Amino acid sequence: MPRETLIKELCLKFDSVQRRSNLDWPAINVSAHQLVELCKKLRDEYAFDMLMDVTAVDWEKERPRFTVIYHFLSRERGHYLRVACNCENDDVPEAPSIVHLWGGANWHEREVYDMFGIKFIGHPNLKRILMWEGYSYYPLRKEFPLAGIETSLPAADVAEETQAKVIAAPMMGGPFCSKPGPYMSEAEPEGKDESWTEKQPKPEAEVNE
Amino acid sequence: MSKHQKSEYVTSDLSQREEEFKGEIMTLNMGPSHPATHGVLRLLLELDGDIIQKCEPVIGYLHRGDEKIAENMTYNQFVPYTDRLDYLAPLANNVTYAIAVEQLANLEVPQRCQAIRVIVCELARISSHLLGIGVYGMDTGAMTVFLYTFTEREKLYTLFEELTGARFTTSYTRIGGVARDVPEGWLSRVKNFLDGLLPVIDEIDTLLTRNKIFLQRTEHVGVISKEDAMQYGLTGPNLRASGIDFDLRKRMPYSGYEQYDFEVPIGTVGDCYDRYLVRMEEVRQSERIVRQAIERMPDGPWYAEDAKKIFVPPKPKIMTSMEELIQNFMLVTEGPQMPAGEVYFEGENPKGALGFYIVSKGGGVPYRLKIRGPSFCSLSILPKIMPGHMASDIPVILGSLDFVMGECDR
Repeated sequence: MPRETLIKELCLKFDSVQRRSNLDWPAINVSAHQLVELCKKLRDEYAFDMLMDVTAVDWEKERPRFTVIYHFLSRERGHYLRVACNCENDDVPEAPSIVHLWGGANWHEREVYDMFGIKFIGHPNLKRILMWEGYSYYPLRKEFPLAGIETSLPAADVAEETQAKVIAAPMMGGPFCSKPGPYMSEAEPEGKDESWTEKQPKPEAEVNE
Repeated sequence: MSKHQKSEYVTSDLSQREEEFKGEIMTLNMGPSHPATHGVLRLLLELDGDIIQKCEPVIGYLHRGDEKIAENMTYNQFVPYTDRLDYLAPLANNVTYAIAVEQLANLEVPQRCQAIRVIVCELARISSHLLGIGVYGMDTGAMTVFLYTFTEREKLYTLFEELTGARFTTSYTRIGGVARDVPEGWLSRVKNFLDGLLPVIDEIDTLLTRNKIFLQRTEHVGVISKEDAMQYGLTGPNLRASGIDFDLRKRMPYSGYEQYDFEVPIGTVGDCYDRYLVRMEEVRQSERIVRQAIERMPDGPWYAEDAKKIFVPPKPKIMTSMEELIQNFMLVTEGPQMPAGEVYFEGENPKGALGFYIVSKGGGVPYRLKIRGPSFCSLSILPKIMPGHMASDIPVILGSLDFVMGECDR
């Protein structure tokens, strides 16, 4: 089945499925309440037998703020399918878990939770995976400062220069700190990470339960 | 009391005490610093005697926040960080990353660049598998194999050093090409290396493949069924050992892999022995690919000459021409300019499919870069396959999965 027909069919079968702009592989948007149903259909009827990757994007100021991105692979068709699902709540983002469909989603979803704080409803063991239990930040959220978070044992030289009691993170104070975006002037490397200054206070620590 | 009676007394006492301990579960912590875990992997084990009841891998000890770092630097600046993902095959990571970004830019690199990339990718595969097999031999008690494979690997590293200037952290590719053309005579030296490689592989074959101890340690140990392999997103040799014929180089060819003639080895059982056999055969097939690539090495440019906003011009031109000087300045300060959009690319790396998902809002810096490490997925299957095995099977199963923590933790 050609890729175009696939997307058209999925759009017809699920009312929340919409085409997503793409540069490489076919891509669709789906709303959270139909995600599990869609994934099951993709696996059982459309031969997307492998879940390659689950990740998320933090759009910072856009609403909805968080999007969970799935990449499915069909060995038979020989292409990927990107499924994007916006999280409904921006403050406590949530998404349905698909661990019961793909065992491999277990660690992927834990990683997304660890890095973005997106709670996967129905996950059997949703706890931190790369960071340690009790760590109270979500490092891949855009507001998390590159310089790192405040600590009682800061690096002396960095603390002196930046007036921030942090452990020096990679790139802190380095000459190559650039910002993503279409404007070239913003892409120019800055002297140090300015994401946490007097103008922009450090983020509130979110307490894990 | 005679001697005989006394010993009987002791035996009965012990067996009584054994009854006391029956069914008692012991929790054992293995790692994160343990020679069998090949890096900083920690396993939480629940043992009933010698039998594993439950296994929970604890990862993250090598987490460096590569994805966060990538959001704050230009595309080319991130190339050295890819070295440190699967640090046993840095060249393959470099190539996969470069192709991912080139797909975002919709940029086609010249034939010669593709051929060079294929050669370095396959040499990286040979290097990674040589280490994998050697260390695997050591995990099962065959020390000699390690010495043979490391001798060969050392020769490869000399070649890498000549090509890239570094033995380990190569940072060879750039977006739109490679850092430099192959040095004069390098290809024939690679050929010399290949001539010496196959006899060594045959020798390892005679040392391990029919070795009774090795067979008993690996056959029907750590069996991964086809279904499980698919469920957990296993890729690369681990997937193929389970009997699934899927190789990205064959099925979705990139960098001109469709021109080369090679076989994809497939396992039947999916046990530790099959994973070893698949790796051995992949070394031989990689050797074939490298030979073909050297044979047909096309002439011409080794970087995309027309991609003025992406690839830094050669040094002599920068120093003599104003236009190239400006081009160089813009590229170094602002990075190669990319369109907005998102791409996902996976390359067939020695450990499996390494994927890069890049979200761009335009400009020289990615908005979000996600790395899909094959080792991450390979390790996620441990809680599934470990239970029921003996504690002494742990190093064998871990070794057969051939993971690397740099890529798992990122």
